[in-house]
Amino acid sequence: MKDIIIIGTGMAGYTLARELRKHDQQSTLLLISRDDGAYYSKPMLSNALDKDKTADTLIISDADKMATDLDATIWNHTDVTHIDAENHQIQCDRGAIEYKHLILACGANPIKIPFEGDAADTIMSVNNLDDYRHFRTALEKQKRIVIIGAGLIGCEFANDLSTSDITIDIVDLAPQALGRLLPAGAAKELQNRLLSKGVNWHLDNAVSSVNHKEGVLEVKLKSGEIIDTDIVLSAIGLRASLQLANTAGLEVERGIKVDRHLKTSQDDIYALGDCAQVEDLNLPFVMPLMNAARALAASLAGNKTAVNYPAMPVVVKTPIYPIVVCPPPRPVEGQWEEEVTETGIRAKFKDTQGTLQGFALTGELVKERMLMAKEVPDWLS
Amino acid sequence: MKSWQCLVCGFIYEQEHGWPEDGIAAGTSWNDVPEDWVCPDCGVGKSDFEMVEI
Repeated sequence: MKDIIIIGTGMAGYTLARELRKHDQQSTLLLISRDDGAYYSKPMLSNALDKDKTADTLIISDADKMATDLDATIWNHTDVTHIDAENHQIQCDRGAIEYKHLILACGANPIKIPFEGDAADTIMSVNNLDDYRHFRTALEKQKRIVIIGAGLIGCEFANDLSTSDITIDIVDLAPQALGRLLPAGAAKELQNRLLSKGVNWHLDNAVSSVNHKEGVLEVKLKSGEIIDTDIVLSAIGLRASLQLANTAGLEVERGIKVDRHLKTSQDDIYALGDCAQVEDLNLPFVMPLMNAARALAASLAGNKTAVNYPAMPVVVKTPIYPIVVCPPPRPVEGQWEEEVTETGIRAKFKDTQGTLQGFALTGELVKERMLMAKEVPDWLS
Repeated sequence: MKSWQCLVCGFIYEQEHGWPEDGIAAGTSWNDVPEDWVCPDCGVGKSDFEMVEI
């Protein structure tokens, strides 16, 4: 029996544990991880190459140190297979254990498209430290890469790889990079900057097959173009991990549904981070999970606290062209107004009433992000 | 000059440049950064930063 069990030792799980210990040093705490439980900064996975970070040097603390620092038990390399909500019990490969409060912080998995071709199973994605280790090892011997997806992660990897001598091709269905986040002018500038570093763009296009051919990979595009490459990296987005929630019969949509107190449809089970959908919002970014962790930690320590989401800008880690985006979190009709200045682009997304609903800033103007965020209505007030 | 890195998101505070957006002048040492200052990229507090050498 543990007072609090957290499933997942990513940023959500460890941040919650750290916030909890600020209020509560008494409760017994168990964290369970499928991997080795090392703590690292996930956002750095897509800009670690240029900083010459390996998987090992990205680790901030290993599981033993985290257990000591958090006064917690950590079960690493452990799979949780079932949640019995009625009996407040979970099943894992170390046996069954009871909880008073259970927190799901099990993250999200890369979306996998079933591509044609006999090498489709070699397509990589980088969503955790083990993936990154595998990716780095592959890069040691290989010199060409095709990136599928020109969203946040795809563009960040393209920028990170562009400082090395690797040949990069990037493919996206949309006619521009960062399609849902940036207006066309700002996107064009990013594309040009990366192009000048040797990144080849294939927009309005798609990968149709990946095949082995004489020791290399042959990527065929919808346009008919053929690219010979060594590595194919998929960066088309994430989907909340719902498998475990389903074993407990929790309500799920795009994520595990939780209320403003991060509570799921079952008593004493909570969720936060990439796996959670707070009211109608599933936002796989750092700021929302930090807000959620603070509110939930206070609640678990006896001071019931609802989470608030102000507008939270996201920094796109493309140092070649600094960008901050703050897209509307829900579909809203409206249009971009782009103001091009000598130091960057200031783009405002206004709804049909003319209210500012989102923005994007580039170049030196990224400095304005906090001020401008205050002009945008709260996402969850 | 020294720099401090956010343990959560990788943001780097460089003493040399300070963080003028939040009124922290260039050259402000880490000790003199207000205790309630938070990481501009992810919102964690000073206690979640660690010193890194650059």
